[in-house]
Amino acid sequence: MPKGYVGRPMKRVEDPRLIKGVATYVDDLNPPGLLHAVFLRSPHAHARVRKVDTRAVRAMPGVIAVLTGADLNEKLGPVPCASPMPDQKSPRHTALAGDRVYFVGHPVAVIVARDLAAALDALDTIEVEYQPLPAVIDAEKAIQKGSPLTHPELGTNVAYRWSLPGGDVDAELARADRVIKVRMLHQRLTPMAMEPRGCVASWHPGEETLTLWTSTQIPHLLRTLLPGLIHVPENKLRIVAPEVGGGFGSKLNLYAEEIVVAHLAMRLNAPVKWIETRLENAAVTTHGRDQIGDYEIGVKKDGTVLAVKSHTVADLGAYLQLLTPAIPTLTGLMLCGCYKIKAMRMDVTAVHTNKMATDAYRGAGRPEAAYAIERLMDLVAGELGLDPLEVRRKNFPKPGEFPFHTATGLVYDSGNYQAALKKALEMAGWEKLLKQRAAARKQGRLFGIGVSTYVEICALGPSKIMSAGGWEWGSVRIEFSGKVTVITGATPHGQGQETSFAQIAADRLGVPIEDVVVYRGDTNVAPYGRDTYGSRATALGGTAIVMSIDKIIAKAKVLAAALLKANPKQIVFEAGAFFVKGRRKSAVDWKRLAGEAYVAKNLPPDLEPGLEASSFFEPPNCTFPFGTHVVAVEIDKDTGQVGIAKYVAVDDCGPQVNPLLVEGQVQGGIAQSIGQALFEQTVYDEGGQLLTGEFMDYAIPRAGDIPDFLLGSTVTPSPSNPLGVKGVGEAGTIGATPAIANAVVDALAPLGVKHLDMPFTPEKVWRAITNPGATPRVTSVGGKGGKR
Amino acid sequence: MKAPVKIRVNGTPREQEVEPRLLLSQYLRDVCGLTGTHVGCETSICGACTVLLDGKAVKSCTVLAVQADGSEVTTVEGLARDGALHPVQEGFWECHGLQCGYCTPGMIMTGIEILQRSKSPSRAEIRHGLEGNLCRCTGYSHIVDAIQYAARKPGKKGRK
Repeated sequence: MPKGYVGRPMKRVEDPRLIKGVATYVDDLNPPGLLHAVFLRSPHAHARVRKVDTRAVRAMPGVIAVLTGADLNEKLGPVPCASPMPDQKSPRHTALAGDRVYFVGHPVAVIVARDLAAALDALDTIEVEYQPLPAVIDAEKAIQKGSPLTHPELGTNVAYRWSLPGGDVDAELARADRVIKVRMLHQRLTPMAMEPRGCVASWHPGEETLTLWTSTQIPHLLRTLLPGLIHVPENKLRIVAPEVGGGFGSKLNLYAEEIVVAHLAMRLNAPVKWIETRLENAAVTTHGRDQIGDYEIGVKKDGTVLAVKSHTVADLGAYLQLLTPAIPTLTGLMLCGCYKIKAMRMDVTAVHTNKMATDAYRGAGRPEAAYAIERLMDLVAGELGLDPLEVRRKNFPKPGEFPFHTATGLVYDSGNYQAALKKALEMAGWEKLLKQRAAARKQGRLFGIGVSTYVEICALGPSKIMSAGGWEWGSVRIEFSGKVTVITGATPHGQGQETSFAQIAADRLGVPIEDVVVYRGDTNVAPYGRDTYGSRATALGGTAIVMSIDKIIAKAKVLAAALLKANPKQIVFEAGAFFVKGRRKSAVDWKRLAGEAYVAKNLPPDLEPGLEASSFFEPPNCTFPFGTHVVAVEIDKDTGQVGIAKYVAVDDCGPQVNPLLVEGQVQGGIAQSIGQALFEQTVYDEGGQLLTGEFMDYAIPRAGDIPDFLLGSTVTPSPSNPLGVKGVGEAGTIGATPAIANAVVDALAPLGVKHLDMPFTPEKVWRAITNPGATPRVTSVGGKGGKR
Repeated sequence: MKAPVKIRVNGTPREQEVEPRLLLSQYLRDVCGLTGTHVGCETSICGACTVLLDGKAVKSCTVLAVQADGSEVTTVEGLARDGALHPVQEGFWECHGLQCGYCTPGMIMTGIEILQRSKSPSRAEIRHGLEGNLCRCTGYSHIVDAIQYAARKPGKKGRK
């Protein structure tokens, strides 16, 4: 057990309020005079809005206001996209629909009433006359000639085309002994945070300020973006993310409802609340993934990978939300995985369809990349008759080759992929698993083993690659009493940084952790921040706190020197005590120093009173956590049901501030991965109706679906920050899906199945068992073996 | 037309006139001000709103307040006694059984019912007992640990 707090599996300081039921989520806020808003939403995927008749509603009891796009859209800025691509063709995303609706759930009108029941009663009374139009649902058909158009005024369904070339991919493919081609689908997913979105806005007429409490991951980005949309100056806008019940990327956005509710509070001079229903959450909170990729990989006979190439069609949905266009680019950047691949190319055709926007969902573009390259590595092994572990080892960079430059232009900070693989194989009992598989196959059972060796890009990430700054801010104050207040610009929403940041601060200051309190999520308390997403909070937010503490220690040494009548250079700081070297008995502690700093009667002439500092940490690079996941599955031949027999994960996120929280992050991520691999898929029918609008139809894993995991770690510090930490929030969703897919395909391999697309539902797997010839084709050209 | 209801909530008798369509979850949150009971869906699948109704776990979003007339309701706020956490609450804290905390009150109430049915349930039994409660953060393992922790008390102690 480490000496300090850092490195210890400490239970969380945020938990008591949560387990007692006294924490405050946004729906728990009820300011006096609160009004309730509900949105009338389109039942059509694409339609002309001929008429909206709100006359009957206005007369209903309790109804305060009914507003449509005609009333609001001119007064409000559009829902913003912060990551536009060059030559992008996209429509203006007005807060409410205008004369057309473009997806099921598109808000057409908003009703405000004295209570929620009155608002809901009124909702059914609005009469809207729609003229349904042909809907664009299939992203690949959308780019064919003659397709109906999602937004006819754009003249195309293509939002943008983007290419990432790295090296001479065609030359490498030409000299390859074998080129393997496969088409892989990465299905659309619904994040389904347990707390739906919601917000409360309150206008303070005296101060002319606005407070918006909202269930968001990004209060600071909202404060940057909202002023221009609702016409309130940034310094009169306070955004609070109270307790947030899960985000997973779906609350890394600025939504139409936030703009409208903020406006309504000012317009009606009363607090207004809107809480999303689950049906709305499934329909109008951003979705994730949704890529179709044609992949090619060129290899030498010995398994050396020369090149990888992809053409991907990405379904963006009807509108671009905050980061929608950027997600497929992350797939491109990470497509080489943890391998030395000389050349790569990814071409993306990003398409508008009459569906909800896709955007970041835990992993955000990287799960697609890890899935593609890890499936490809298994296909290489299969086609060449090699051991999938050997193929991986052969292409790993060695630990001494870091910082490692990829064909995509990234510089992987540090890594030891061999060590993580070795440890995972040991923990899994690899040899035993092989024997188990052989024995099972002899008996005609479908038993498979899958491995993924993944790398991800985290701690996003230097400002040069981020649209609104990639730094993080933090502040530390030693209070008059000696207590410590830490304020972070990161916005944890369940990850536990109120605990882990207190661990970091208590160790560095040499104080008991009970003396430290961490504040987050309120722009009046933490004025600047870039919030929590991309597994960035600890690496960047933690470092900003360390930097602030170091500034305070430097100042405290000057003050201590004055009190001890010594030179600051003679002052030693150790375990919370400042003293002249060799004279520990006369040490001064934080309490004494804080008292002197604020009473300010004995300060050296050049020293300002007070004992606080704040810092912006600008990282030199991203971090690149990695690991190995090993999965064994057994498939029921009669039902197609996939059972997970063993799950081992070894993740390397650098030094772990709190291993208990790391374990929680990894377990939760793997569970979401199992959801994607086995159960989850967002489905729209041909007319654009959402068929997975509830937990009845959209199957997130239940307790009985998830096995216990065997977890381990290796520790390879990152040189990108002084803590050496890499981030772990998304590791599970990146490392696990390909391992499960590889295991399922391995189980089905004796039947001649070479690939299958997720989710591996019983029906899909049963169909593959009964008709293996109808499973997706894998083409293998060149060398021995020829085409399949 | 409002209907009178008498409900004992966390030991406190309450008498109110409520709309017949008022859900028990809305009654607890909006009438009693007990916002520890959360609502995560409208189809009684997620289980975030689970409370004990006369000692049995129910999803309060699918019970009308008028149906609870004459009953005793326990919510997450009513579990700690004299500042001491209920063993299941303690288990969630000790074992990191929660992250965002939104499903947690419902999970804790269901965990209590699981332990009412079986004094020392197996991990598989606990997982089966939790099928009516969804969590998107934890992957459930730590929740199972938490309920096992409570089952072992006062036999004691530590994580798995």
